Amino acid sequence: MALNRRDFLKASAAGMGGALAADVHAVQREPKKLSPDAVGMLYDSTLCIGCKACMSACKQANGMPPEVAGQMEPIWDTPLETSGRTLNVIKLYQNGSADQKDRDIDGYAFMKRHCMHCVDPSCVSACPVSAMTKDPSSGIVEHHPDRCIGCRYCVYSCPFGIPKYEYDDPFGQIQKCEFCSHLQAEGKVPACCDVCPTGASLFGRVDDLQREARRRLQMQPGDEVEFPRGKLGGGQPGHLAPAPEYIQAVYGEKELGGTQILYLSAVPFDRLGLPVNVPDVGYPAISEGIQHMLYKWMLIPALLLAGLTYVVQRNIRAAGHDSDTTSDKTSDEEQS
Amino acid sequence: MATIKPQADTHLDEFVGSLGGVSRRSFLKFCAGVAATIGLPAGMAWRIAEAASSPHRLPVIWLSAQECTGCTESLLRSTHPTLEQLILDAISLDYHETLSAGAGHQAEAYKQHSLQENKGKYVLVVDGSIPLKDGGIYCKVANRPIVDHVREAAEGAAAIIAIGSCASWGGIPSSSPNPTGATRVSEVLKDRAVVNIPGCPPNPYNFLTTVLQFLAFNSLPELDSKNRPKFAYDRLIHENCERRPHFDAGRFAVTFGDEGHRQGWCLYKLGCKGPETYANCPSILFGDVGSGAWPVGCGHPCFGCSEEGIGFTKSIHQLAQLRNVTPPAAYPNISEPVGQGITPGSAALVAGITGVVLGAGAVATSRLGSSSDNASADSNDEHD
Repeated sequence: MALNRRDFLKASAAGMGGALAADVHAVQREPKKLSPDAVGMLYDSTLCIGCKACMSACKQANGMPPEVAGQMEPIWDTPLETSGRTLNVIKLYQNGSADQKDRDIDGYAFMKRHCMHCVDPSCVSACPVSAMTKDPSSGIVEHHPDRCIGCRYCVYSCPFGIPKYEYDDPFGQIQKCEFCSHLQAEGKVPACCDVCPTGASLFGRVDDLQREARRRLQMQPGDEVEFPRGKLGGGQPGHLAPAPEYIQAVYGEKELGGTQILYLSAVPFDRLGLPVNVPDVGYPAISEGIQHMLYKWMLIPALLLAGLTYVVQRNIRAAGHDSDTTSDKTSDEEQS
Repeated sequence: MATIKPQADTHLDEFVGSLGGVSRRSFLKFCAGVAATIGLPAGMAWRIAEAASSPHRLPVIWLSAQECTGCTESLLRSTHPTLEQLILDAISLDYHETLSAGAGHQAEAYKQHSLQENKGKYVLVVDGSIPLKDGGIYCKVANRPIVDHVREAAEGAAAIIAIGSCASWGGIPSSSPNPTGATRVSEVLKDRAVVNIPGCPPNPYNFLTTVLQFLAFNSLPELDSKNRPKFAYDRLIHENCERRPHFDAGRFAVTFGDEGHRQGWCLYKLGCKGPETYANCPSILFGDVGSGAWPVGCGHPCFGCSEEGIGFTKSIHQLAQLRNVTPPAAYPNISEPVGQGITPGSAALVAGITGVVLGAGAVATSRLGSSSDNASADSNDEHD
């Protein structure tokens, strides 16, 4: 045999590795574009006062049961993370004496976690049965429990750790924020943005929100400025507050291909638990690029199959020759 | 702190005559209330009662600068017991522009007399802000700028109390554009300790308690970093607010008279300054005028009258900035640990399973090796 099994595996592994290592961008598929009608949210950590009105409103709007977790006394709803019962959660960054809000050292800051409605969502890419979909117009990432097979790939694939499974329910489902699409269908604003007293959660069209975020970054810290509430350009009156000292970046503009939920903060984003140093394209653009390259027109599998068939055929022929002698010997043995 | 033995009842009767018609019962109730406000044990009420009815009454000089007399009015309207009688009998109010019996030169002369007579013993109370612009000519009493009066009276004062937000921070007169150059009392008396009792007006009990502590124990209450008595100003209004549960549950009144407002929901969205204002209003209410009677209780957002840089500075409907996170609010950390780590039981279980697998694997491997050796030996034999 000219090519033994060991050499064959080595060669094919080297080929695969070379294809991967050569240039990820060469195999990466075209990054997905933000829909012009995409809706999103701007969460401004400096405006958040931690009242948790959004958590309460979310549970009401989505009919989620209360949850008691951690070391807290079981008096009220105290989720520690998003879960099968909690679609959004206010978290607290604390450092040292935690004396002053929006300060990195010896300060504290609030953080709101929920689905980011990625422009190029990993969960939609990972779902084998299209139970996770991204609305082509609004860009809302929705889950369809009637299609779901419960594999939980979406849970593992999400770089933000958002979709959660109802492990406490034998007939559990995946739960995640769907941006109150049922309220939006009635022309309303998602519950968390509607109730937010300071406009820390602000609803709007994504490009409007990006402009608003840029406007905030250009503010002179300390100046009295107006912050809109509820929906950007909506009916609620804004409120005046001194401009904070922002980190000069909008999280979600390009991270992992962009998200429809944008974040502003006065402490670095990694303190708030957001993944930083991530590529500017979504993981699906890379993983789908590789996989679709491998399976394009089924060319590589077909070649592989042909090669294997040839090797097997040859081996069978050779083995057939061998087995003849072996059976002869066996018969000899039996005879002797 | 020494415990005070309750005196015999006969001793108590002495109080009655010196109380100007206040019944012994209501007087003792008041003293017990004062003791409770400064956090003293109930027995201390006796000592306060003794001090408040002593024939050697504490001389008090009360100077009024740029003020509206609201602090005095609120003090006069305290109700249990009727405090105008008590305060006039418990202390010797030697000078007060509104309450002095005398007037004009007579009152000024008596003030001078008292300043000399009681040097180092009297308490100086100032309400109103002090104008400093143009030599202080914008507030003059007896043809002298009030700043001179304050400095003169401060020299021999045993203690100085700035009552009201004007005296404590500058208050309304110091608001932009501040045409008179109004400033706080402590700015004028930089070398003296000034106790600030801010509020517009402050609850009279915060003032009376401070005065009576000085009267009874010759000491001032513990003060915070802004020289406010801690017993009254160490907690945010937000912390003890009766509407706090609505805040925690995200139920906000959005406009005056809406459903939430009628239901008594949180007033934060209407501009309540409770989350950035330190005062004991939720506990002892406002101005001693009856139950539920304080702005938030009546459905109006707190406007931070007692807080420097809030009342008279921020507009009424501007949202409060969060000072700090106060109990009972609790939040999960950014990354919450999952699970409880390794327990002895789980470690033992994992170790046991690992041992079994390793052992079984070793045995299986050794048998596998020997059987294949046998097989190959057999086949070798065959070839031979």
